Amino acid sequence: MELKEIITKKLNEHFPDAGFEFSEYVGEFNIKLDKKFIHPVCKLLKEDSELEFLLCEDITAVDWAKRKNRFTVVYHLFTLKHNFRLVLKCDVDESDCNIDTVSSVWKTSNWQERECYDMYGIKFNNHPDMRRIYMPEDFEYYPLRKEFPLMGIPGSLSLPKK
Amino acid sequence: MDRFTKDETQPKIIQKLLEDSDITIDDALEHEMVLNMGPQHPATHGVLRLLLKLDGETVIGCVPEVGYLHRGYEKMAENMSYHEFIPHTDRLDYISPTANNVAWVMAVEKLAGVEVPLRAQYIRMIIAELARIASHLVAIGSFAMDVGALTVFLWTFREREKIMDIWDIVCGARFTNSYTRIGGVANDIQPEAFVLIKKFLEGIDDNLTECEKLLNTNRIFIERLDGVGAISKEEALSYGYTGPNLRATGVEFDLRKATPYLQYDKVDFNIPVFTEGDCLARYFVRTDEIRESAKIVRQCLQLMPLGEIKANLPKRVLPQKEEVYSKMEELILDFMLINFGINPPVGDVYHAIEGSKGELGFYLVSDGKGNPWKCKIRSPSFIHIQSLPHLVKGRMISDVVAIIGSIDPIMGEADK
Amino acid sequence: MGLEAKLNGDGFFVTKLEAIINWARKNSVYPMPMGISCCAIEMMAAADPRYDIARFGSEVMRFTPRQCDLMIVAGTVTYKMSHVVRKIYDQMPDPKWVIAMGACTSTGGMYRSYSVVQGIDQFLPVDVYVAGCPPRPDNLLNALIHIQNKIGNTRAKDFQNAKRIDLNVIQNN
Repeated sequence: MELKEIITKKLNEHFPDAGFEFSEYVGEFNIKLDKKFIHPVCKLLKEDSELEFLLCEDITAVDWAKRKNRFTVVYHLFTLKHNFRLVLKCDVDESDCNIDTVSSVWKTSNWQERECYDMYGIKFNNHPDMRRIYMPEDFEYYPLRKEFPLMGIPGSLSLPKK
Repeated sequence: MDRFTKDETQPKIIQKLLEDSDITIDDALEHEMVLNMGPQHPATHGVLRLLLKLDGETVIGCVPEVGYLHRGYEKMAENMSYHEFIPHTDRLDYISPTANNVAWVMAVEKLAGVEVPLRAQYIRMIIAELARIASHLVAIGSFAMDVGALTVFLWTFREREKIMDIWDIVCGARFTNSYTRIGGVANDIQPEAFVLIKKFLEGIDDNLTECEKLLNTNRIFIERLDGVGAISKEEALSYGYTGPNLRATGVEFDLRKATPYLQYDKVDFNIPVFTEGDCLARYFVRTDEIRESAKIVRQCLQLMPLGEIKANLPKRVLPQKEEVYSKMEELILDFMLINFGINPPVGDVYHAIEGSKGELGFYLVSDGKGNPWKCKIRSPSFIHIQSLPHLVKGRMISDVVAIIGSIDPIMGEADK
Repeated sequence: MGLEAKLNGDGFFVTKLEAIINWARKNSVYPMPMGISCCAIEMMAAADPRYDIARFGSEVMRFTPRQCDLMIVAGTVTYKMSHVVRKIYDQMPDPKWVIAMGACTSTGGMYRSYSVVQGIDQFLPVDVYVAGCPPRPDNLLNALIHIQNKIGNTRAKDFQNAKRIDLNVIQNN
């Protein structure tokens, strides 16, 4: 059985109501799921002895600006056992701008989620250290949201006196 | 912020000190201390800032702070075309610029579905491997300098200057090259450059051995690094380690072998793996990788076919400059590509290559227009810095310097 | 020895105090390498055997600001970093000079974005701007020679009206 089929079967078996949508685009296997299930799904993907997605390569978000579910949080996972990359996607709405953290599954996701929060303002529930990472603590905006201008908002960042 | 005048300075300070409940005279000597290291510090490789909690000289806690070089790359990428962003990738990991160029154009090519001619693929391999050699030479040199061996730094920089010379001829710039183009490379490698590359490859093994002689039998160097900053295989994977740092812990994972791209499956090379996972192992992996990279470049020079260096796809690939100046059709195409971009189909891709620090990936989302809708840079340095608190815990302050040097972070890439 | 051979016995020569101070000062400029990003690598290359900044008496890169008189700001200065750069500049003893190395330090360069200061002259007095992204090491050496000329032309009266920082003011924070 091919790995994609194994993943599909396992996920459907364990989480029948997670609303999975499987798709493939230029050789990448995408799985869309409900954001409530992200933590248990990631835990399964990592700990299952057949899959072993030990490496969480990247966590980021996409801002769709005008869509109903404004943000999509994207996870890129890699299994060293099969040399296979998997993409997980969860929609997050602006009015309910939070998602569960996976930092208890992979330690690397701690900073990646902080970066996501810094740039998009998506809160990660149960995260151990939800602070801004790049911008100063007192910065009020989220730079990678589409409404934020490229050159920034004048006066939002201070300069030292001459 | 209220300021004290000159007259009341002394009594006020003492009063303030007494008011401070954290400082009591009795346990002043036993109290833990917080030390701020960076962002301006010779050993932090740029503008990394560490807040260290110390008990005497032992580090009991560490909080890294990044963002002092956050230049807003991802936002800028959303506001420029795919071609325009190529020069920006040079400045990400600025000691192996051509590898970043290759990573970016490969991600865009995957998005737009562009096939690259064979010769261009071999040229890309050559420059990416030269970038890896240059990067590891800087890493070893500055790492040795951090632990007190200054001469090695001068020697590795001497070797690196030879690569700079090669790039100077090939790309016209010393180290911000912007050499690759979507669908190929900017120009063919000149015959003079081939001569320089061959000359460099002849000398690199001996010169590296020379540098190693200074370090591998140096008792101070070995004893300062042996067992310092060790990390287990499982921890390293959990922290998202890739590249030489992961291979130093005993995991044989290299994207060049795991998911072969370009023509890496045609060449023969080994993946150096060490199992200790400490600073010394990371140093050994880097020196061995320089040799393996030199081996790859040698094979590429042998295997490289003659032929085109750019794909023939007028809607996606910039025409050669000589043709733009002499032919109408090419001029129009050049104008259209520069003004409106390459307009890849709607979709999202992630493409990663084995950069010199680890897995360097680009996640691109296209909405069918000339600019990327979203660009995410997966930078290995950012991930590696995150593990610093784990590595430095329980070590001395002087070990912190060695550990930072051994994981080789580049802040341009970590802060984006 | 050349000079001593010419001066038989109690040799002396007459010059202006300013001239001898400037001569000494300009040939032993201690740089403070404020290496922030890519330009820092070219600054390191300027110190390597090939370009050898030691020929101009400036190989003593001191990482503590209190021992330096020339600050080479090499790399993109962001808003977050600007406070640090200014603080380090303030800690350097007078007289002091600043080189803005590279396009992004001088003007913001290719970084037209929300977090990059568009030119460090918004918060620092800059003496020499170096073009290039990054400048070649030779270009940095050229800037150093310019600084040396500038130091050579200073007069004692230039320092007399200089603004002094009141060191007894202690900030309460």
